[in-house]
Amino acid sequence: MTQAIAAPPRSESATLTKLISKEGGFEYDLKAINICENTFAPLEVAYDYDKIKDTVTRATIEAGPNSIWRYRPFLPVATDNVIDVGTGMTPLVKSTRLARRLGLKSLYIKNDAVNMPTLSFKDRVVSVALTRARELGFSTVSCASTGNLANSTAAIAAHAGLECCVFIPADLEAGKVLGTLIYNPTVMAVKGNYDQVNRLCSEVANTYGWGFVNINLRPYYSEGSKTLGYEVAEQLGWQLPDHIVAPLASGSLYTKIRKGFEEFVKVGLVEDKAVRYSGAQAEGCSPIAQAFKEGRDFVAPVKPNTIAKSIAIGNPADGLYALEQAKQTNGNIESVTDQEIIDGMKLLAETEGIFTETAGGTTIAVLKKLAEAGKINPDETTVAYITGNGLKTQEAVQGYIGEPLTIDAKLDSFEQAWKRAQTLDRLDWQQTF
Amino acid sequence: MAITVLIPTPLQKFTNNEAKVEVDSGNITELIETLESNFPGIKQRICDESGAPRRFLNIYANTEDIRFLDGVNTELKDGDEVSIVPAVAGG
Repeated sequence: MTQAIAAPPRSESATLTKLISKEGGFEYDLKAINICENTFAPLEVAYDYDKIKDTVTRATIEAGPNSIWRYRPFLPVATDNVIDVGTGMTPLVKSTRLARRLGLKSLYIKNDAVNMPTLSFKDRVVSVALTRARELGFSTVSCASTGNLANSTAAIAAHAGLECCVFIPADLEAGKVLGTLIYNPTVMAVKGNYDQVNRLCSEVANTYGWGFVNINLRPYYSEGSKTLGYEVAEQLGWQLPDHIVAPLASGSLYTKIRKGFEEFVKVGLVEDKAVRYSGAQAEGCSPIAQAFKEGRDFVAPVKPNTIAKSIAIGNPADGLYALEQAKQTNGNIESVTDQEIIDGMKLLAETEGIFTETAGGTTIAVLKKLAEAGKINPDETTVAYITGNGLKTQEAVQGYIGEPLTIDAKLDSFEQAWKRAQTLDRLDWQQTF
Repeated sequence: MAITVLIPTPLQKFTNNEAKVEVDSGNITELIETLESNFPGIKQRICDESGAPRRFLNIYANTEDIRFLDGVNTELKDGDEVSIVPAVAGG
């Protein structure tokens, strides 16, 4: 066991109070546990909101660090000794060209493709989880990952000087494997899909006494995604959007964006508003979208088969809550094919200059589908969450994008090639319209 | 017929802290009943009020989720391994 037995440290300003089961309301101490012993439901961190309300204002947040830690009173850590590697405060880009293409008047892109240090939203959840892991006395941290989480856990563990062992499916994209190995953790490439990796990790977590960010530390870890809500509210000038579109894997990010917005309302930082939440899945792994389409109140697990590996979770832990959230808020959950995902990646790149990975392609493709179906009101302030970087999944678009024109270092060679390129462009344009 | 059952930590208080127990059963329903007679109280944790396995619990027969097999009617034979794993992980 690597976890210390002594009571974890706690500063005066800490606001977290306990863990509460999402089913049955059973309460637990703030330890490294993720499931209710009675109902097996997820545990949720509870806070002293009166204390937060008394100390936090827009001004105190604005005066804080340029990272997720400006929202520290809303995050489940008990000390001032946080791991701040500049995570968060990524750009919220006002879209003009993509918006025009989709017929939307007020579209924003939350660009976590450039999150720090490993170019995905996972840096948010890992910064929180490893800070809490250190408080709870863990010296070894781990995760079950589809790639981005492994990158982030390995990098931030390296920064914090924690031992690290990560588990990934053996068939991940090369960029995601390399982007983990460089930090020199132990990497277990499991012969199986993510759900099988996850199951193995649940068994390891029970016996090895490690801090698994998305298993025994999951209640703390998942709270990091709330910062995607806080930042958007702050960047919109302290107001909530009307509609958000986010990718759905486990469903956690999607539900935590809502929790973030609602906490800001609760402590009076923004005015209340009915936000619509829409979710995006790849058709080859769409258990939540299928349940939504069929009007079911349960999510049946599926076996993933899609290029969108980072969101290929066939047995989503928070699927049920995501499903309920879409229904409650008049949102939609839609799925798109692998070809539509590639087209979505290209569309975002060509119109906004943002190169996202397959999960982002899924989100943009669903955004397009919803806009075309009239399921997004053109006047709604809509935010699309881009959660990862395209350089990590180059295989996905290989063969679907142009090639460089190889020329001699001579002016006439350039001129011939340029003419040819313009002709090709024109043909391309004629085919499109 | 001996079937090995892997017990998750929250249920090990019923099994004298054993992570692995052996039972004889022909299918998953029978297995849950046998566990209950050996370890009274455990069924109420595994199943909800309607008697079905709780929605946050995954049951695997030889590493395959029983929902991809025959659900609680999934047949078991000597030497099989059944895992009971809380679903709330990952993402």
